[in-house]
Amino acid sequence: MAKAASERLRARRLLLDALKMPETLTALSLADWELLLRVARRARVLGRLESALDNAGLLGDIPPRAAAHLRAARNVIAHRKTLISWEVNRLFWALKEIDAPLILLKGTAYLLADLPPAQGRIFADVDLLVPEERIVEIEEKLVARGWFKTEIDPYDDRYYRVWMHEIPPLRHRERGTEIDIHHRLLPKTSHLASDPAPLFAAARPLADRQLRVLAPADMILHALVHLFLEGDPDEGLRLRDLLDVHDLLCHHGQEPGFWASLVPRARVLGFQRPLFYGLHHAQGLLGTPVPPDVLHDLEGEAPAWPIRKLMNRLIPLALLPGHPDHPSRQATLARWLIYVRAHWLRMPPGLLIRHLSHKAWLRFRGRRKRVDLAQLDLKQQ
Amino acid sequence: MIVGDLSRREFGTRLAGDGLRLQFGPFNLCIRSNLDSFASLAHRLYTPYPLLDEETLSDFHVEIRSPRGLHRWFRRQACFGVDGQTPFAPYTVEHAFPALEWGINWCVATRSHHLLMLHSGTVERNGQAILFPASPGDGKSTLCTALAHSGWRLLSDEFGLVRPEDGMLLPLPRLIPLKNESIEVIRRFRPEATIGPSFLDTRKGTVAHVRPPLESIRRAQEPARPRWLIFPRWVAGAPFALEAMPKSQAFLMVASNAFNYDVLDETAFRLVSEIVRSCDCYSLVYSDLNEAIPALDELCNTMAG
Repeated sequence: MAKAASERLRARRLLLDALKMPETLTALSLADWELLLRVARRARVLGRLESALDNAGLLGDIPPRAAAHLRAARNVIAHRKTLISWEVNRLFWALKEIDAPLILLKGTAYLLADLPPAQGRIFADVDLLVPEERIVEIEEKLVARGWFKTEIDPYDDRYYRVWMHEIPPLRHRERGTEIDIHHRLLPKTSHLASDPAPLFAAARPLADRQLRVLAPADMILHALVHLFLEGDPDEGLRLRDLLDVHDLLCHHGQEPGFWASLVPRARVLGFQRPLFYGLHHAQGLLGTPVPPDVLHDLEGEAPAWPIRKLMNRLIPLALLPGHPDHPSRQATLARWLIYVRAHWLRMPPGLLIRHLSHKAWLRFRGRRKRVDLAQLDLKQQ
Repeated sequence: MIVGDLSRREFGTRLAGDGLRLQFGPFNLCIRSNLDSFASLAHRLYTPYPLLDEETLSDFHVEIRSPRGLHRWFRRQACFGVDGQTPFAPYTVEHAFPALEWGINWCVATRSHHLLMLHSGTVERNGQAILFPASPGDGKSTLCTALAHSGWRLLSDEFGLVRPEDGMLLPLPRLIPLKNESIEVIRRFRPEATIGPSFLDTRKGTVAHVRPPLESIRRAQEPARPRWLIFPRWVAGAPFALEAMPKSQAFLMVASNAFNYDVLDETAFRLVSEIVRSCDCYSLVYSDLNEAIPALDELCNTMAG
């Protein structure tokens, strides 16, 4: 048991040190590289390590076998960038005649707005935020221009359309890339207020004027909402989402007035709690520079102390990938609790019970979760 | 050291402990298993493969083991795992060996994007290689097995691994999984070939693994230059036909028979162009190995001479 515990600590230290101080990687032993590659693959940050080493001119100073893994991740990322950029280009073409603002979200936004998190980051699909009243029109237009609605069962379709903040994903007939169309950042049923109107009002246009990205503070708040409320019970919280937040804070933190506006904006959008947790853990795990008065200002948004203590323990456990050979029961439990919490915040109790019992019934009937091979292959990077 | 230098007991202890570290061509593997039946067969079929010492970096950490938790008490199953994840549904325990072999190929195909991976059998003689790009079922494994037992060196029956830096082909001489009728074909063609047991009703039908000749395994770190592109098709009862193929057509067929042509974008285009430019391209239809092998030998001798 003592060995497992020290191995878990080693995995955690290797990953966090690599992310915080990539220049120290040149001194790593082969055994440490071996574990780091496995853990970084699980957290899907191999590309980030590659780009950090490349920027420092250090790729030639690491073991060739490790460099090969990083090179592979870089190649996949470059390919995904091409695919996503082209998909956005086609989307823009398809929706040109519709006079509605199209806000790119998450990875797509970082890529098109050329923001720091785009470096070395894997892009899975295109996320779009559009006004809810235009969604039928937009969906019809896309279907007419070659996209199709991915096949899902009637329950899931209703789940999306009645309760969620997005419609079922669309996919182009010839290209595999999925488009997720959102009309708000959180499900309609969520406890947290999520009126999208202020987001549209503050959005920033890109070169193509119809395409926009969220304003800096909104972009960070969305990344945090996504991190804490869109969990997956197996994967836990996505460390790469917190890394996006870290990069955005480092980038926009330089701009005058940014920090002063962040907490008030979170209050307007109702996202104080995710901001509280996000800043706290970005600083704790990644060393993100956060001005003390901002943290002080957020103290009033902290939960009661037993909850705060518990969450401080659960969040890092759910964020870090753990050790591939020594899975920890505590981390599994933490991931599950965080997942349940996210669902709790997304739906009122009655609905939650209905939804979870439907899912349990499907499992009982022996319907396995569909394994999407393309997604599975993508996750190897 | 090779696997054969370990006693069966020591071999099993490593598999069940920190893992058995093996070298398959360009890849270092760490394999774990708590299944005795798997260990026995692996010890026999992996005999000539080189072992790695602790001070090396393993590329893939794979395992084949009985499921954790209650499952194992009422169903005898084997789970394929990589880095602590189990991406696929469990297999019956009898299919543990083919499941692991297939799982390793899956790791290579989904993770090795630092190389261009053509879906192609590859053999070499006198430093010159034939690539056999083909879809599953076109008989490339059978053809590669027959050639590897007829004086050619096997690079791989499945992967044409192209190194982007210099366009050389890297060997990956793993066990060759023969399917269905081809098992009997090879048994008749080369009775001395080392063939493992037949696994019935796997997800790919009946499968039996042929061990490549020692020479191919020993020279697994020696790359080769592509010289011929031959697109094989096995057709029952068909007369032998080897016909020159236009390079434009060959290009499309190579590009569309690759694991990651799209991922490598421009690099892939450049590499495939270079291969097609420097290779003679043929289509091959065959039904009888006794016709096909001498014809390929002759092709090699005349062109090389």
